[in-house]
Parts: sequence; C-alpha cells; structure tokens
Amino acid sequence: MTISRPLLIAGLIALTLAAAIGSILFGPVHLSLARMIAAFTGHGDRIATTILLELRLPRMLLGLGVGAMLGLAGAALQGYLRNPLAEPSVLGTSNAASLGAVAALYFGLAALHPVVLPVLAVLGALLSLAGLSALAGRSESPLTLILAGIAIATLATAGVSLALNLSPNPFAAMEIMTWLLGSLENRSFEHVWIAYPCIAIGGLLLLWDGRALDALTLGEDGAQALGVDLRRTRIRLLLGTAIGVGGAVAVSGAIGFIGLIVPHLVRPLTDRSPSAILIPSAIGGAALLTFADVAVRLIDTRNELKLGVVTAFLGVPVFLIHLMRERRLW
Amino acid sequence: MVSISLEQVGVSLGRRTVVRNASATFRAGALAGIVGPNGAGKSTLARAMLALVPHIGRILVDDAEVATMPRAELARRVAYLPQGQTLHWPLTVERLVELGRLPHLAPMSRIGDADGAAIERAIERADIAALRDRVATELSGGERARVLLARALAVEAPALIADEPLASLDPGHQIDVMELLHGEARAGALVIAVLHDLTMAARYCDRLVLIDRGTIVADGTPAEVLTPANLKSVYGIDARVELAGDWPTVTALGRSR
Repeated sequence: MTISRPLLIAGLIALTLAAAIGSILFGPVHLSLARMIAAFTGHGDRIATTILLELRLPRMLLGLGVGAMLGLAGAALQGYLRNPLAEPSVLGTSNAASLGAVAALYFGLAALHPVVLPVLAVLGALLSLAGLSALAGRSESPLTLILAGIAIATLATAGVSLALNLSPNPFAAMEIMTWLLGSLENRSFEHVWIAYPCIAIGGLLLLWDGRALDALTLGEDGAQALGVDLRRTRIRLLLGTAIGVGGAVAVSGAIGFIGLIVPHLVRPLTDRSPSAILIPSAIGGAALLTFADVAVRLIDTRNELKLGVVTAFLGVPVFLIHLMRERRLW
Repeated sequence: MVSISLEQVGVSLGRRTVVRNASATFRAGALAGIVGPNGAGKSTLARAMLALVPHIGRILVDDAEVATMPRAELARRVAYLPQGQTLHWPLTVERLVELGRLPHLAPMSRIGDADGAAIERAIERADIAALRDRVATELSGGERARVLLARALAVEAPALIADEPLASLDPGHQIDVMELLHGEARAGALVIAVLHDLTMAARYCDRLVLIDRGTIVADGTPAEVLTPANLKSVYGIDARVELAGDWPTVTALGRSR
C-alpha cells in the first residue's frame, strides 16, 4: 500500500497539526475559544494566559519533540541493526537516562532546581554511550552492539531497582515510580530549552546516514564497498541516539514503544527502504505521542493516567496485527 | 585504463593466515577468474582488493593504495558484488539498483539526472526492466542474481569484482551472468570473478588465477592453468581436460589417490 512520499508527509503533518491543536484545546480546565484567542493575542485574562502559554504550550511542544525523537531513533536503529524489533532501549540509552533521573530523585537533587533532573538524565545517556563503546569495541557487528546495549540496559535497570529498594522513605519511592511511568504534565519552557537542543542535534545526526542505512540492506561488506564508512556511521548513530533520546527521556520520563511501533506503522506506506521511513517516523512519532498525551487528559480516571502507560497499551494492537500478518491470519 | 596490482599481499583473519605473498596485476578489457578449492582464500583476496579486510603488502588501484584511499573514492573506482544474495529489507528492484549510485552522492542529497541515466543503463544491461517494480526479496534466485548484478553495474566503476556470481544458479542463468561479465570486459572494464565452476571459468575468462591454501599457484590462460597436474595437486582430483573449441572443459573423474 505504498503511497507517494509528498502525500504521506503531508498526511502525517496534517495529523500532527491536529494533535498539536488538540493538545492546546483540551485540559482539566475548560477554556472557551474566545478566551484562548485573547490569551494568544496578548489580551487574555491571567489564568487563561498562564494555562495556555506556561502549561499547555510547553506540553504540546514537548509532546511533538519527544515523540519525533523517539520515532526517528527507532527508525534509524531498526535500519542500522537490520532488526525490526530494535528501539532506543535496545542500546540501553533510555534506561541509562532513567537511571540518571532516578539518581536525582533518590539523592534529593531534583528538589534543588527543576533542571537538575533532566541534566542528570542526559548525563546518564552520555555515560551509557561511553560504556557501549567500551563494551562493543571496534566490532561492526550489530549483534555485538545489541549485546553491549543489553548489558548497559540491564545495569541501568538494576540501578533503578536498587534506588527503589533502598529508597529512604515511601514518598521517595513513589516519586521515582511516578517518574518512571512517563508524563508530560506540569512541564515548563525550561524543559523545552533542555530537550529541544538535544533533540535537534540528535535528530540531525540520525538523519545524516539515511543512505548508509539503505546500503546496509546489502550487508556490511556490500555497504562498505558502496563507500559507506561504517565506523563513522556508527559513531553518528550512537551519539545521535544518546543525545537525542537522552534529552527526550530527561523531560518526559521513560516512554516506551513509540520508537518501536511508529516505524512499523509508517513502513508499509513507504518503499520500505530504511531512509524512506526516517522523516515519516519522526512526524508520525510527534503525532502519536501528542495524541496519546491528549488522550491522557480526556480519559477520566481516579488517579491521573500516565503517558508511558498509554503508549505501552498502544504497542499491543500494532504487534497483534503484525503477528496475524506473519501467521497469514489477516 | 584502470589496473589493480597486488604486490606480495598477505591477509590474516584472527590468527589464521588466509592469503600469503600474492602478487598479480589485473588490467582493463579482460575478464579474470579467481579459482581454487573451498577455503583457499579466493573471497578473502577479493575482499582485500576492496579494503574490506586488513592486509600486508600493497594493493594498488591505478597508482593509489586501497588501504589509504577514502572509501567513497575506492567505491567509485571498483564496484563489488558480494557473495550471497542477502537482502535485509524488502526493497523494490529499482530502489535496490539505485543503491549503486551511492558512491556518487553527497549525504542527504537527491538522485540526479546523471544517476537516473546510469540506473536505466544498468537495468537495461542486466535485462531486468520487467522486474523494476517487484520486491527484490520475492524474486527467484536467478532474477535476484541479475538484479544484484545490475546494482553493481549501476556504480559505473571502471572495475568490477564479483564474488561467486554463479552460486545457486541453474546453467541457463549461469550463462546469462557470465555473458554479461564478459560483455563488460569487452566494453573496456576490468572484471574479476571468483568462480567455482571450472568449465564456466574456462569458457568465459581470458585469464585464470588458481589459489591453493592462500597462495597463487598458477596464473595464465585457462588452458595453461587448468592442467590435470594442477587439478590434482590443488583440488586432489583426477580430471580429464579436453579442448572444446577454444576453451578447455574439465571433467572430474574422482579423488586422486
């Protein structure tokens, strides 16, 4: 069901715009359209202006940016590792970023200033990159990289469990658990300024190697014989993932499955080459995460529903459909 | 006119020496076959010529050493058809052939008119126009071999190295592929093919290089290389070699005692 690339991109942008508008329109406090327009044009009342410009706008921007980064990183890693089940957590990046954030909560550093937690999360992601390079060495085999990534992810998860196990009081444990579920609630422009530069740098690094990812369709020898410098490709890919996903997870908490499912959703609409799904996965990721974040606000639950929980549920039907196709049931 | 020269080349994979002291020069306008038993080091030698494995000694493409040449530069001078037909993603035939233009493209740039023309020429030469919209992973072995060959031709490099291009092909498709490689050489390209089928090698190659346990043991015309004595010492077989037209045909009679 391949559709033309301009049509696909236009459709995905339209979806993303709809999600962005939904993210501005909906929230726990109902605001009339007139109040919103007044707030955006600088003539609004203080409450409407605060809600729109200081809560909903940064939340929308983060939904778009984090979703785009997770979608893009998933698509790039699936292409590089030639594995449709790859996603950012395969390299341990998101787990290490989570560990950095959990350390900030555990040691009470997060209370000092709102930027401490995201900064430590980005540092965690960068540290995981150093560990990954040390463990994987110069090998260009995807299997070595996956094994090194699993080692890093396991270590980071163990660290998070240790923090929960030894947490000084139930409230600290609760705070850590809540953060781990992932959310974009109560984020400010400070978070946007932390996440966006990381996402911009990470995104550019991942987009750079689209053609190299296509060449890897022929295997490592085939790609190198087409002039691809695999060592540099890998450095850009790992750096892009660590910086971009680290920055994204730092402000959103651990949000899984976007990087895994979005490339699967857009791939059948493209010519299936790894480079062709990069930008659609970024736009699709932005739309999906922002829609999920709107759903979190609209679904009425006793306790506040977390974004990471919704994205995890979204993953199930996508993989059921794939499973049914694989078994030729559908 | 392009040339590839090997000067006392050695290749080790891990602790094992796979190629020893290999020297040879390959020139444009000829189809050279590299033959030898399984594990003799044929593919490793081919991979060394593309700087895919580290080597000692010198490998020169024209006057430049492959070890220090930028990868894209080497890719523009020597096209490579790797062993096997592995395809990790279900690309269409056209997208697959397009990959051959990669050495000519800057990162994030688009395919230009000159690239489009090269792709069309490769599709025509490999006679795969009817397959262009098909998904390459769904093709038969013979079709896929032609498509992968078109991908290598689309590079439009002056030299082409094909590693076992006849593997898993029926005799008809083997002839198609060898005719194509032979035609490229006649058109002025330097073509090297790693081959197992000695009669095919003798029929189409202008020159054969026979490798045994990493060492080049014979280098010359097919009639000079494929002698019963060489076949006995290298392959361990008793063989009958007969001249059929201008080329020798090899019939293996049994293991030599």
